[in-house]
Amino acid sequence: MPAKTFIEAIREGMADEMRHDGSIIVLGEDVGKKGGVFLATDGLWAEFGDDRVIDTPLTESQIIGTSIGAAINGLRPVAEIQFADFIHPAFNQLVSEAARLRYRSNNGYSCPMVVRAPYGGGVHGALYHSQSVEAFFTHVPGLKVVIPSTPYDAKGLLRSSIRDDDPVLFFEHKKMYRSVRGEVPDGEYAVPLGRAAVTRAGTQLTVIGYGLMAHYALEAAERVADDGISAEVIDLRTLRPLDKESVLDSVRKTGKCLVVYEDNRFGGYGAEVAAIVAEEAFDYLDGPVTRMAGPDVPGVLQPRPRGLVHDQPGEDRRRDPD
Amino acid sequence: MAVSDRSASHLGEAVGLSDEQLIEMYRLVALTRALDERMWVLNRAGRIPFVISGQGHEGAQVAITWPLRKQHDWVAPFYRSIATCLTFGMSPRDILTAQYATANDPSSGGRQMPGHYGSREHNLVSVSSPVATQLLHAIGIALAAKVRGTDQVAMTFMGEGSSNQGDVHEGLNFAAIHKLPFVFVVENNGYAISVPSAKELAVEDVASRAGGYGMPGLVVDGSDVLECYRVATEAVDRARSGGGPTLIEAKVTRLTAHSSDDQQTKYRSEEELASEKARDPLPRFRAQLVDAGILTDHVEQRLGADIKAVVDDATQYAESQPDPDPSTAMRWVYAEEWPSEAPPPWGFGTAGGHAEEH
Repeated sequence: MPAKTFIEAIREGMADEMRHDGSIIVLGEDVGKKGGVFLATDGLWAEFGDDRVIDTPLTESQIIGTSIGAAINGLRPVAEIQFADFIHPAFNQLVSEAARLRYRSNNGYSCPMVVRAPYGGGVHGALYHSQSVEAFFTHVPGLKVVIPSTPYDAKGLLRSSIRDDDPVLFFEHKKMYRSVRGEVPDGEYAVPLGRAAVTRAGTQLTVIGYGLMAHYALEAAERVADDGISAEVIDLRTLRPLDKESVLDSVRKTGKCLVVYEDNRFGGYGAEVAAIVAEEAFDYLDGPVTRMAGPDVPGVLQPRPRGLVHDQPGEDRRRDPD
Repeated sequence: MAVSDRSASHLGEAVGLSDEQLIEMYRLVALTRALDERMWVLNRAGRIPFVISGQGHEGAQVAITWPLRKQHDWVAPFYRSIATCLTFGMSPRDILTAQYATANDPSSGGRQMPGHYGSREHNLVSVSSPVATQLLHAIGIALAAKVRGTDQVAMTFMGEGSSNQGDVHEGLNFAAIHKLPFVFVVENNGYAISVPSAKELAVEDVASRAGGYGMPGLVVDGSDVLECYRVATEAVDRARSGGGPTLIEAKVTRLTAHSSDDQQTKYRSEEELASEKARDPLPRFRAQLVDAGILTDHVEQRLGADIKAVVDDATQYAESQPDPDPSTAMRWVYAEEWPSEAPPPWGFGTAGGHAEEH
């Protein structure tokens, strides 16, 4: 299997699906000739043309609202929001419209669409190019939220997301685009939504993460292994629907749980995971469920993030966005 | 409906409508009015919780929706679009079951507030409560029509108050850039609930904004049914033939309060309310058809009896339909590819697993 970067896997996932299904369109800011500011859509415009790869004006609500309408009328849009930080103008279209369309029409209508957006810090993006926005959307019934952490999962989950009949928010950690490589098969495969992966087996502690934090959790688990601590690591991969059973099975085995997330600590997605573990695995716990998360400030301090959530083990192999 | 004289009168000839079509248009305007009035009676009698009315808007709605092809083209309506929904294929039973929130209400199966119409069968997009969001859906539908080459036109409707929303600016710009087969209809009744248009718009006409987006903007007297039809036909033809979008602003009057929960005499004078009745499209259209010899006493009597029977039938029907089963309230948050009792496909492999994190 060839090794590919995270962003290559995403690009390949889109291209493969577009070849397979003529109803898929890609739309967003700079997604055409330029191929996106991170180059996630590079080459798609050349291959699929103006009709299927659409450069939009700087209008996030329009990108999402138009995608909803296009999905109603038979297309499968894959919208790109240039940075997750800029998704907020589309909040109403996502929360009031995309999430509720099926429910409010009693299954008369649906909007199968994917919204891709780079999130996360560590690339000198400061307050408005670093945010983790997943908790706003995992809160909303009717939306699915996916955050892959490996190239293999990114391609396989993107395929499942595009083929899903409901709106999926697909958040990609921008620091991982070129720093993370992994094996990606050329053929067609899918990673199902709603299934976590146990990425490291252990017996004394369950560490739960997603996105970049799934990598940091693994690295940390390796480090503490030298001290004789056996940590099991779970990469959630899909945040909603949550693979609750994988989480609970692990915690029931280890008796301790640490939830790691990059977002602000207060009210973050990990708080929900912690609450579920506390409610449903209480009898198995021999210590409090603990969260390790970003500080409750608006954005990671820049340009020197070390000391905050990005005080990371290992070499910093980041590549900057355009 | 059987009509004695099938040939086109001078009145219809000018706009390309047969007498039969003119009478059907009139029937829809009058039927919508009767249905709307019945809703208020049912509300005041405590049978339905809420009414949001289209009285005064019906002529423009029927005439502007008329040029669309049913079950081919698309409409994203708004909460006053009762006449539009009827013209585009929904029935009075469909409308009243939505008011009663019955289990078989085609708009939402009893999930939404009254007035939030929609029908998959008729390409009428489900209405939500945030205003102007539907414009972007209609534009997306038009984009899909263009990409797929379906020859469809998408039309959306809203009030002038809603037309100030940012989604309208974003959407019209996009629709014009791509010359999408789209028609934007503003039903300007002069009020956003209680706020008069002078405090909503610094310009006299919403249509004057169209030029800024690069599309034609037309103002039409919304009580002049045939003029509305003429303007809409041009816009729909232009959209279908690749000429791009059009903004139509129909100046209508709101004959009722904003809703059954509003007291409009608090902000509209008795004199204004009395004078606005002169802009009612129903008597004006009737007089036109009577003068042209199309709406004879005989035809009118039959229409009146027919409308009364249809409204009574819809009322009795909706009254008799069961409420939704409360156990269905958890359904259709997501697609259900599995029996709702069983775990979802991403379920956890154990019997009795939970369907999502309820």
